[in-house]
Amino acid sequence: MADITFHVRRFDPASGEPPHYEDFVVSVEGSMTVLEALFAIQEQQDGSLAFRYCCRSSICGSCAMYINGRYRLACQTNVLHMGVPRVTVEPLPHVPVVRDLVWDMDDFFEKYESIKPWLIRNSKLPDTEVTQSPEERHKLNMPIDCILCAACYSSCPSVWGEEHFLGPAALLKAYRFEVDSRDEAGKERLPTWDNERGVYRCHTITNCIEACPKELSPTEGIQWLKGSAVRRRLLGRKK
Amino acid sequence: MPDHQLIVVGGGLAGLRAAIEAQEEGVDVAILSQVHPGRSHSGAAQGGVNAALANNPDGHDDSPEKHAFDTIKGSDYLADQPAALQMTTDAVPAIYQMEHWGCPFSRYDDGRISQRPFGGAGYPRTCYGADKTGHYLLHTLVEQTYRRQIRQYIEWFVCRLIVDDGICRGVIAYNMTKGGFEEFRAEGVIMATGGAGRTFAKTTNSMISTGGGAAMAYHAGVPLKDMEFVQFHPTGLYTTHILMTEGCRGEGGYLLNKDGERFMARYAPKAMELAPRDITARSIQTEIIEGRGIDGKDYVYLDLRHLGAEKLADRLPGTRDLAIHFEGVDPVYEPIPIAPAQHYSMGGIDTDVDGRTLMPGLYAAGECGCVTVHGANRLGGNSLLETIVFGRRAGAAAARDILGRERPLGPVKSGGEAGAAVESTIAELAAREGSEDFYAIREEMREAMFAHFGLFRDEATMKAGVDILLDLKQRLKKAKLRYTGSVWNLDMIRTMEFEGMVDVALATASGALVRTESRGSHARTDYTARDDERWLRHTLAYYQPDGGPPRLEYEPVELGLYEPQERKY
Repeated sequence: MADITFHVRRFDPASGEPPHYEDFVVSVEGSMTVLEALFAIQEQQDGSLAFRYCCRSSICGSCAMYINGRYRLACQTNVLHMGVPRVTVEPLPHVPVVRDLVWDMDDFFEKYESIKPWLIRNSKLPDTEVTQSPEERHKLNMPIDCILCAACYSSCPSVWGEEHFLGPAALLKAYRFEVDSRDEAGKERLPTWDNERGVYRCHTITNCIEACPKELSPTEGIQWLKGSAVRRRLLGRKK
Repeated sequence: MPDHQLIVVGGGLAGLRAAIEAQEEGVDVAILSQVHPGRSHSGAAQGGVNAALANNPDGHDDSPEKHAFDTIKGSDYLADQPAALQMTTDAVPAIYQMEHWGCPFSRYDDGRISQRPFGGAGYPRTCYGADKTGHYLLHTLVEQTYRRQIRQYIEWFVCRLIVDDGICRGVIAYNMTKGGFEEFRAEGVIMATGGAGRTFAKTTNSMISTGGGAAMAYHAGVPLKDMEFVQFHPTGLYTTHILMTEGCRGEGGYLLNKDGERFMARYAPKAMELAPRDITARSIQTEIIEGRGIDGKDYVYLDLRHLGAEKLADRLPGTRDLAIHFEGVDPVYEPIPIAPAQHYSMGGIDTDVDGRTLMPGLYAAGECGCVTVHGANRLGGNSLLETIVFGRRAGAAAARDILGRERPLGPVKSGGEAGAAVESTIAELAAREGSEDFYAIREEMREAMFAHFGLFRDEATMKAGVDILLDLKQRLKKAKLRYTGSVWNLDMIRTMEFEGMVDVALATASGALVRTESRGSHARTDYTARDDERWLRHTLAYYQPDGGPPRLEYEPVELGLYEPQERKY
């Protein structure tokens, strides 16, 4: 058991007041996570605190935050394991804030939607499954584990500098479908990411890899897409 | 005041599937969800989804009938048998459809969908994507809703039904992002809000699995069915109760007590670790009660070490990550401390196989509903199946009802009234004296539910539990809403949630107390046998606005396929 000070960024755009920080002391024991500490604050100290939550088991992507200067899922972050008496909790940086730790997801999901994030099939579907070898399926392992928490998006300097850049998560989703042996998009999805908003704005800074709480590599997907675009444009290949 | 023909409340698998179907039928449909649909609790499902594809060499002669038999036997014969067969028959095309929409199932060498053994199943018929099947299915349906440009109202918290002359005509919802309440008028509403796991202290469920949809329907006079049947999953992580998938045992994992003994040999000698969940969970609990928990404590081990790092990486990567992050244990090298935790609400809003409730215009699908196909105990892999099968059926039925109506329903009359009722409830909550702490009451209720209506039940304990709930309801009237801001008001959302949770809990408790038998998950130490003569029937709980326990009615179980027999595994 230890008394930990949570230094929490508060902001209510409607109030006209600038953002500020407030300290809350929480008695932390055992496996308590930052998310549980936020609940303890909301329940026992300040009912006005706003934050996102859902699964509390690192699969829903709700609670990505900036915790002691790192991108983390609040639910996956054991407070005592951080080994410090003071924990700074801030919303994802470089994205607009709705209130406190809740950020505005609209642009993020608009970009997600823009890359046609669905399997495109043109040929007639069989009565049973479309077959896919284990090797083909293996290529999907990394991108399908994305939980759309937007840590990568918030961490990407190319997103900070160019508001129209699709960002790592949307491009990773494009990769997820382009690399799927069942996808028959051909050139249908290509223009959504092979453009000035798309893959060429990635300068392989790789912040996204460091930020990802699921240890995925959007950069790898984006580099594959760049290669694919070149293969298609210059060599006339399909992927 | 947005108008749509059909409102779907909840953006998990059942809600998304319902919305897709309704739109395909030509109805203007909108989804309202408290979270972005991709964040719904469906995504936390791990082990898989059942369908008699007969892809596994050991299951080459599997069939929907065999799947139905396992489901019915697993339900301890409380499932409505035609409904179970409907589900298992719809299962096969439903899985192929999810695959066609892009769901990344794991594959056999010949390219077909892989299937693994699961508890209580005579055949290996659980289709899976590693141990993240729910996540993959959910994202597949999210993708399909974007493809179809289905209108989604994200981060809208639905708090009340609009009911005109006994017909459900829409909802009142809180706009979390902008503040304020709005009236959504419609010709039909589908509830797809998930289970009520958070009414119990130890649960695998998400923070938003609070039974909200069931509570809204219940408060509006629609009965809740079979609420006393609550599934306790055998393997929740010891300290956090986070789910360790049944797939762990499907892939060959062992359950061990403090003596290193595979104790399931004493409880289910044939099925061993793959006995159904009710039996496996009670076996673990018995080991703990009899002092054979690890170090005499209240947990046992789930041991995966013999499966090897390679198999874990291929089949159970998420399980390994969860055990490392949340329990500090790496399953490659150490056994995982686990204990039973509340996992699933078999009961819910009473519906037929097309999601229709007793209230015209109101439908339900997924865990918030009760068809019933799970009866007294759900088989692993049947809940994901239920969402896509009955989500589709509810969406189709709602669309047919709306499009087939001979005379238009006319304008919604009581929307303003319903909105005013919500606002006055909020005002009343804020004006309370505040001598009680609402969150403390909430935790007391959750502890009471687990202690008094847990894996083993008896008359005296349950009676005391009902009294606690009734007392908490009285104390709740003195708990005050502390924050009245308009945007992202969690205090208000969680208070409104709790007003429903306590009534859903009381329905569970009341049904359990009266049922003097043991069946499936409802195991009584004072009535240890199943009593088909008296209790082969469904419980229907009707809300009583006076605040007392529900009025209980009963209706027969639909049999017709398999005669009830003793369950042995």
